[in-house]
Amino acid sequence: MIPALANPDRFMAFSRWAAPLLGALAVLLLAAGLVLDFTAPPDDRQGYAVHIMFIHVPAAWMSLFVYACLGGASFFSLVFRHALARAAARAAAPLGAGVTAAALITGSLWGKPTWGAWWVWGDPRLTSVLVLFLLYTAYMALDAAIEDEARAAPATAILALVGLINLPIVHYSVVWWRSLHQGPSVLRAGGPSLPPVYLTPLLIMGLAYLTGFGALWLVRIRGEVWRRRAAVMAMRAAA
Amino acid sequence: MSGFSLILRREFALAFAGGGGPLVAIGFFLAMTSLLPLALGGSPERLAGVAPGFAWLVLALAALISLERMFERDYEDGSLDLIALGPAPLEMAAFAKALAQWATTTAPLALVAPFVVAALGGKTALWPIITAAGLTGGLAFAFLGGIGAALSLGSRRGGILIAVIVLPLFTPPVIFGAGAIEAFGAGLDWKTPLLFLAAYALAAAALSPFAMAAAARNALS
Amino acid sequence: MSFDFDAGKYAPYVWGAYAVSALILGGLVADTLARARRWRRAARPDASTETAP
Repeated sequence: MIPALANPDRFMAFSRWAAPLLGALAVLLLAAGLVLDFTAPPDDRQGYAVHIMFIHVPAAWMSLFVYACLGGASFFSLVFRHALARAAARAAAPLGAGVTAAALITGSLWGKPTWGAWWVWGDPRLTSVLVLFLLYTAYMALDAAIEDEARAAPATAILALVGLINLPIVHYSVVWWRSLHQGPSVLRAGGPSLPPVYLTPLLIMGLAYLTGFGALWLVRIRGEVWRRRAAVMAMRAAA
Repeated sequence: MSGFSLILRREFALAFAGGGGPLVAIGFFLAMTSLLPLALGGSPERLAGVAPGFAWLVLALAALISLERMFERDYEDGSLDLIALGPAPLEMAAFAKALAQWATTTAPLALVAPFVVAALGGKTALWPIITAAGLTGGLAFAFLGGIGAALSLGSRRGGILIAVIVLPLFTPPVIFGAGAIEAFGAGLDWKTPLLFLAAYALAAAALSPFAMAAAARNALS
Repeated sequence: MSFDFDAGKYAPYVWGAYAVSALILGGLVADTLARARRWRRAARPDASTETAP
């Protein structure tokens, strides 16, 4: 599918119907997810706070997924010098940063009433997600600092790929560090195994976030394509 | 091989010629050290407890200091163009630059670190592990920092941009080094974290020249 | 189907989390749509007002 979409015109034709469709799907899934969310009973251990899980965990999943998309697009951008791939990478970054910030903040709000702390240093997941947020902001900072687009594309792609390689190492290093300190042992998403009354809304919310990202990503890439066209037009008009 | 040693010698000469080599970074290190008791409130036990971790952290930060110059000078005066067009691969030049950065900035910091810890009242018995972690980690900081320096070439806000790019990448070596130092002090297994640190540093040294060269070529295009 | 909105002592945390998520996600939606609209307008063939002499 990706080679077929690589042509900008075909991408624009595809995204014209795909983006609204994904958007509508996201809204439906969100509605269904929220209904199931708020008809689910409070948890035995964490009480009503369990409801934060339904917006925290999907955000955390997406923070990783979007970075994988950013990395993949950057790879194609760098290796094939593909402008649409570059546009896709550029479009993904703010979406990833936003959803990662949401994950961090909701996680903190979930942690305070349940574990008693706004933040736990030395937890692999928390640290990894924080580093992930820093990687997104680094990407956007580098992108903003290089004015020449021809130069910005390879540079940001290199950074995205270096970050991608580093991410599992970050996670592993903190896992190892935590084993050294035998930190808190029950920092798990919703407990060891989720009963269906929680699992179903969680998965639906996960899909809602996924389709929502898909819709927004396609729209942002469309915006990038138009921006490029506008820039080309401006150059021609000035010539 | 002679090409490499030529480049290496040049980098060393440049590092010391442009303002005292390691002195700036060491100066920063010592300045931060003198600020710590003021920031913490001077209780000796707290200071001593924090000392090794603090020294390690500031070592990582001080490694950022001279990074901007790593490629900047050659980029501005056209030498980088010549190196890129020359017979030796740009990757080799990048490797030499990062190696020189290690030798002239981060390695001296590693040697100063134990004194800093002692000055803050930390356990002097930690000096072997601090030096070992500093030298090994310093290698990682120099090579990773080189990626940041190369990527920031030609853009404004060079220094802070390099820091923003590079600090997330510093996370694993910082964690492994801190773990090694702490394990050594607590009598636990310090060899494993030190080995991880060494593995990471060697991988960084092996792979980052490719990223640095790609970034440098991009900046020259 | 009975909705349970009684958050009790967890109210500030739970509603805070939902509020922040709504703000961020809503912000992303708004920003994405605004950007796309702006660039689409700029890229229209009649958008450039400069005519070559």
